[in-house]
Amino acid sequence: MSVTLERDGWIAGTPTYAATVDAVEPVAADTYTYWATLDDPAARAAFRFEPGQISMVGVFGVGEVPISVSSDPEAPERLAHTIRICGRVTHVIDRLRPGDRITLRGPFGRPWPVEEARGGDLVIVAGGLGLAPLRSALYRALHQPGSFRRVIVVVGARDPSQMLFRDELEAWIRSGPDELSVHLTVDVADDGWPHAEGLVTTAFPRAELDPAASTVFMCGPEIMMRFAMRDLAAMGIPDERLWLTLERNMHCAVKLCGHCQLGPWFVCADGPIFRWDQVKELLEVDEL
Amino acid sequence: MRYLDRSGFEALLLLLADRGYEVIGPTVRDGAIVLDRIDGIDDLPRGIREIHEPGSYRLEQAGDDRFFAWAHGPDAGKRFLFPARETVMTGRREAEGGLDLRPEPIPEVRYAFVGLRSCDLHAIEIQDRVFLNADPAYRARRENAVFIGVNCEVPGATCFCTSMGTGPRCSMGFDLALTELEDGGFTAEAGTDVGEELLRALGAAPAGQEQAAASFAATSRAVEAMGRELDTSDLPALLYRNREHPRWDDVASRCLTCTNCTMVCPTCFCHDLTDEISLDGLRAARTREWASCFSEEFSHMSFGEVRSSPRSRYRQWLTHKFASWIDQFGTSGCVGCGRCVTWCPVGIDVTEEIAAIRAADGEVRLADEVTT
Repeated sequence: MSVTLERDGWIAGTPTYAATVDAVEPVAADTYTYWATLDDPAARAAFRFEPGQISMVGVFGVGEVPISVSSDPEAPERLAHTIRICGRVTHVIDRLRPGDRITLRGPFGRPWPVEEARGGDLVIVAGGLGLAPLRSALYRALHQPGSFRRVIVVVGARDPSQMLFRDELEAWIRSGPDELSVHLTVDVADDGWPHAEGLVTTAFPRAELDPAASTVFMCGPEIMMRFAMRDLAAMGIPDERLWLTLERNMHCAVKLCGHCQLGPWFVCADGPIFRWDQVKELLEVDEL
Repeated sequence: MRYLDRSGFEALLLLLADRGYEVIGPTVRDGAIVLDRIDGIDDLPRGIREIHEPGSYRLEQAGDDRFFAWAHGPDAGKRFLFPARETVMTGRREAEGGLDLRPEPIPEVRYAFVGLRSCDLHAIEIQDRVFLNADPAYRARRENAVFIGVNCEVPGATCFCTSMGTGPRCSMGFDLALTELEDGGFTAEAGTDVGEELLRALGAAPAGQEQAAASFAATSRAVEAMGRELDTSDLPALLYRNREHPRWDDVASRCLTCTNCTMVCPTCFCHDLTDEISLDGLRAARTREWASCFSEEFSHMSFGEVRSSPRSRYRQWLTHKFASWIDQFGTSGCVGCGRCVTWCPVGIDVTEEIAAIRAADGEVRLADEVTT
């Protein structure tokens, strides 16, 4: 179970840790949160991550996928990664049970600039799986009561079965801190859905955003983010306070393999969190 | 500047081998000049000339004794410093289920490169900016190596190093830079203490005035004979503002997305990391292997490929090489070696593609030409 920790010799100097899965929680259709701890006690004690950073989650002999850490950065000894089963590696991840081993490299990338929203409104906008990389930022904000005037969470999903962390979100609606407001919407509701229906952008008016005081963190499908960012910019929120996270094919996560390039950026290291004005023109170009 | 006669040059190769270097130099194989281990001057391409054209590479025997009267084959230093396929990690599953993961040991190989061109030396400096601080295996191979450059006298018809400011005369990245003279000897300039020491050990005499003049005349002839040129003025902005130029559709109609250009490019660094497992599931290895932005799976995502059309992949390669590389690494990714032109099976010429975009700067493809 020993993992060598010296940095030299590992690809790009980033060690690969063995970790043990201790819980698998279903969080939406085909989507699970895998809780794991690093096997090496010294590595586990030293591990830290910032909200929005990614890990390369691997299955021995199968491969790795880039996944953001979805747990609380204040509790880094036990890590959650929320994964939709959709590809070659994740179909093997689907077979993991508590006690099974995975590998982890990381954390990588630029985090959410949570501190930039202090004193004003932190607006979190998630679509589809987008809440996973935003959840750690939300925890970070909720650990600092009084630091933000409001924390506004707007979450959209295709239908109720695709709403990530629904129990946790509804608990916050019932009994969250005063500064926190949560707005849920689905494109297509069913009879049991007690929240709003409509695209995520239709929830913005209900959220009563204050353009002069908002800092926005967004994650979702690119097409959704382009439209949502356009709406928020039109409300008068300056580009410098609009942030989003992107995903691309990644093999190394340390700016070497080249797969994740978007124009001049390596999404793994220059991102995955970008300021809107760094990428908005690039995202307008098809197949860039 | 010093002078080595023919036997002095031969002694240099033996001296490098004596000192424990694996001497890598040009040799003829399969109808091309390749780089491989050489044991002495008999392995060098004696009397050989190259004929480079877009999509074509041929060798001819001139019948003389010249070793270096050609430009370069498909190989550059990249194949040795950043191997095409390399194990980076191995692992073993232990009885109680734990994983024993181990990085590959740092390679101990010591290469002596003989005959790299100025473009190739610049290419290594460009790859240094990607790998040197990030990849210990690359750094070990790079720092243990010695570089004997040979100035280019006979560039290929597809060469444009003068446009990229990378040649033909070696200006950096060498321990020794040689120039082959008509008399069979070489002028030698040391670029480092290692190079100085080699010349001292060989007892190289100072070059005479005529020899020095002949050395500079050889590289001046290379400048005159340069096969192609590229206008690099404002090049990043030109490419960035022409992302929807119809020329991308035009070149995509010819491009086979075969990846040859990226495989022969001495600076292309993209790669895959691939895991393999033994049949009993107990042992696994992670391999790093050259990849190409021309392959469809390169940009694979759960929703499909980011760059599914050949047009977008050609645009990515060319725009990265000549524009975004500068944003990323502070240097162009192109050294003007022309290998991508020579080894393209359909003869696509980057200098011609860029010139075509420049000639119709600002042109935007019409909606009915969209080929995605």
